[in-house]
Amino acid sequence: MKPIRPNDMMLQVTIRIVAIIIFAFSFYLLLAGHNSPGGGFIGGLMTASAILVLYLAFDVKSISKALPINFEMVIGLGLLLALGTGIVSMILGFPFLTQFFDYFQFPVYGEVELTTALPFDIGIYMVVVGAVMAIILRIEEDDI
Amino acid sequence: MSNLIFMPIIVPFFIGALLMLFAKRHRLQRIISGAASIVVLAISIYLAAAAFQNGVITAEAGDWAAPFGIVLVADSFATLMVLLSSILSVACLFFAFTTISPEREKSYFYPFYLFLMVGVNGAFLTGDIFNLFVFFEVLLLASYGLIVHGGTKYQLRESFKYIVINVFSSALFIVAIAWIYSVTGTLNMAQISERVAAMDQTGAINIIAVMFFIVFALKGGLFPLYFWLPNSYWGPPAAIAALFGGLLTKVGIYAIIRMFTLIFYHEPLFTHKGLITVIAGLTMLFGVLGAVSQFDFKRILSYHIISQVGYMVMGLGIFTPLAVAGAIFYIAHHMVVKTGLFLFAGAAEKITGTSDIKQMGGLFKTHPALAWMFFITAISLAGIPPLSGFFSKFPIILSGFQEGQHIISAVALLVGLLTLISMMKIFGYAFWGEQKHGEAAAKLSIGKMLLPAAPLVVLTIVMGIVAEPVFNYSLQIAEQIMDPSIYIESVLKE
Amino acid sequence: MEIAMSIVIGIVFSVAVYMLLSRNIIRVVLGTLILSHGNHLLLITMSGLQRGAPPLLNFNEESYTDPLPQALVLTAIVIAFGVTAFLIVLVYRMYKEHELDDLEDLRGSIDE
Repeated sequence: MKPIRPNDMMLQVTIRIVAIIIFAFSFYLLLAGHNSPGGGFIGGLMTASAILVLYLAFDVKSISKALPINFEMVIGLGLLLALGTGIVSMILGFPFLTQFFDYFQFPVYGEVELTTALPFDIGIYMVVVGAVMAIILRIEEDDI
Repeated sequence: MSNLIFMPIIVPFFIGALLMLFAKRHRLQRIISGAASIVVLAISIYLAAAAFQNGVITAEAGDWAAPFGIVLVADSFATLMVLLSSILSVACLFFAFTTISPEREKSYFYPFYLFLMVGVNGAFLTGDIFNLFVFFEVLLLASYGLIVHGGTKYQLRESFKYIVINVFSSALFIVAIAWIYSVTGTLNMAQISERVAAMDQTGAINIIAVMFFIVFALKGGLFPLYFWLPNSYWGPPAAIAALFGGLLTKVGIYAIIRMFTLIFYHEPLFTHKGLITVIAGLTMLFGVLGAVSQFDFKRILSYHIISQVGYMVMGLGIFTPLAVAGAIFYIAHHMVVKTGLFLFAGAAEKITGTSDIKQMGGLFKTHPALAWMFFITAISLAGIPPLSGFFSKFPIILSGFQEGQHIISAVALLVGLLTLISMMKIFGYAFWGEQKHGEAAAKLSIGKMLLPAAPLVVLTIVMGIVAEPVFNYSLQIAEQIMDPSIYIESVLKE
Repeated sequence: MEIAMSIVIGIVFSVAVYMLLSRNIIRVVLGTLILSHGNHLLLITMSGLQRGAPPLLNFNEESYTDPLPQALVLTAIVIAFGVTAFLIVLVYRMYKEHELDDLEDLRGSIDE
């Protein structure tokens, strides 16, 4: 039996906008995570759901072409990044995972607090996105 | 110096993450993971020596002082366990190089393997009870990945049960942690010990103690919670089965010994002499009866894991320095010997193509080296002098009689006899008798496979012949862990 | 409030155990999921349900909440997420291989 391709133009048009909104919100959550609700895990789940929504509306092939990412590799990179921030503090002579933070002045944005927890959080973010997508694509791939 | 304690955790973690980036290049993966495991072994030897000379070493993650942050504690017991796990990981990894098919290697075998080491080493070293849970989960997730690795029908079916049981026990673990947090208000193991001592170990604390015992008994394969073990260890390839058989249950036993010497040591009549000793006796008996009734090489070995876990817990249950020292010596002996036996089972399966000993035979004629190495480790397991098995069982049973625990000591002796019987059964069926494998199989060279297992055989002989320094070392460890103030003072720096 | 929460946790645990004991593999997976929810509720309840500001120095509040259970719950959620994801993939693959979803049929025999 041939799979029926429904005419889902409405869905595709809406999803394009919705996906962008989810992406933006997920980045906000990632960056807000240090002192307010949010963080790498939540942000990563959000991003993964944004990508998933795209997969739902379009077919797998076209999205895989648009996002040619090996998600298992993303897990590895994220782990390396998260661990790397801990190791850097070790190389500098502090105990493993010691945090540093400072305030910087940026031209337009004003004063911003930058911490070493941010690269750690980005690492977690990448791990979560990679893991969710790898798992879902693994199930999805052998269905066809 | 103190940052070095993190190394047995960080090095495999970093290398494992790195190897995920080029999963398809299996030769490169072999070289890097082999080098990493040897580096970890070197570090753990250094750590064990340092902890032996300088006493307890601690490290605080993120520079947060002890009761507030996560602290890693390297006392002699923890470093000994890390050392043993590193030895096993090197042996099994090099065995895996020659036995695992490239297809399996390409689907993230080495990252899973290294993450398993992260979890195991972390669980040994951590001094924070929630961190212990986290490292247990790292270990379990990696073990889920490894036990289903390759995805045969049998593996998929049995690992589902393995995972569900472990998820359930992890849930109980969280419940126990939540309870102990609500009672003591802290998660640092040294501080919990202090507060439990100040509070009197009654009512609620006893319940929490039993809850922790149930959790770790499930992970360690104690009676009546061992039913998952033989079936799930039968499925995966020999290298993984050997690592699991030698290492994973012992993490649970380590946690039991740590909990019941550091925190819940105030009511030995109820916990140690009552609960733990009875469970130990039943575990030994039922484990060995299972082994005697089986005719499958790997299943016999799996049932022996259960019966021997009973010996370790029995040493804890008798709860004198001599008995605990015997238990620690027994853990060291068992980890080395059991891994070796599983590797030989893998080699025998490679030759004959089956793990049913009734369909094997004549291996002695065609592969004498394998037969001799198996023979030495098997009688060491059964406890024949002058090998390590005898010198580790002896103090446990001796102190059992000294303390008037006659029934459990008699059970232990009987179990030793039955162990010998089932080992001789394997030897009689698989190694003697007429040759049942073909000529091509008889000419199969297994030197490469035996090489990684050879150090384990040497180790059991050495631990038997020079038993005295090894035993003194474990006696020193036992005296250290039975005096919780040493641990508490070095963690809280009072 | 803690008493009400304890009753809820008890109900969640009993539902989870009931699901774990059923024969359908999907129900077992859902059982582990509900079990982890019960755990998280227990962790958050066990330190007492307080109201107050986050324990940071610059808030100048009267009462503060205990941050530790929240950190623990967050960690436990992440772990439960990972395990559940793995379990779902495993169940899917198992169903593909065996074409069975009844644990009674998945017992396996001794000699295989």
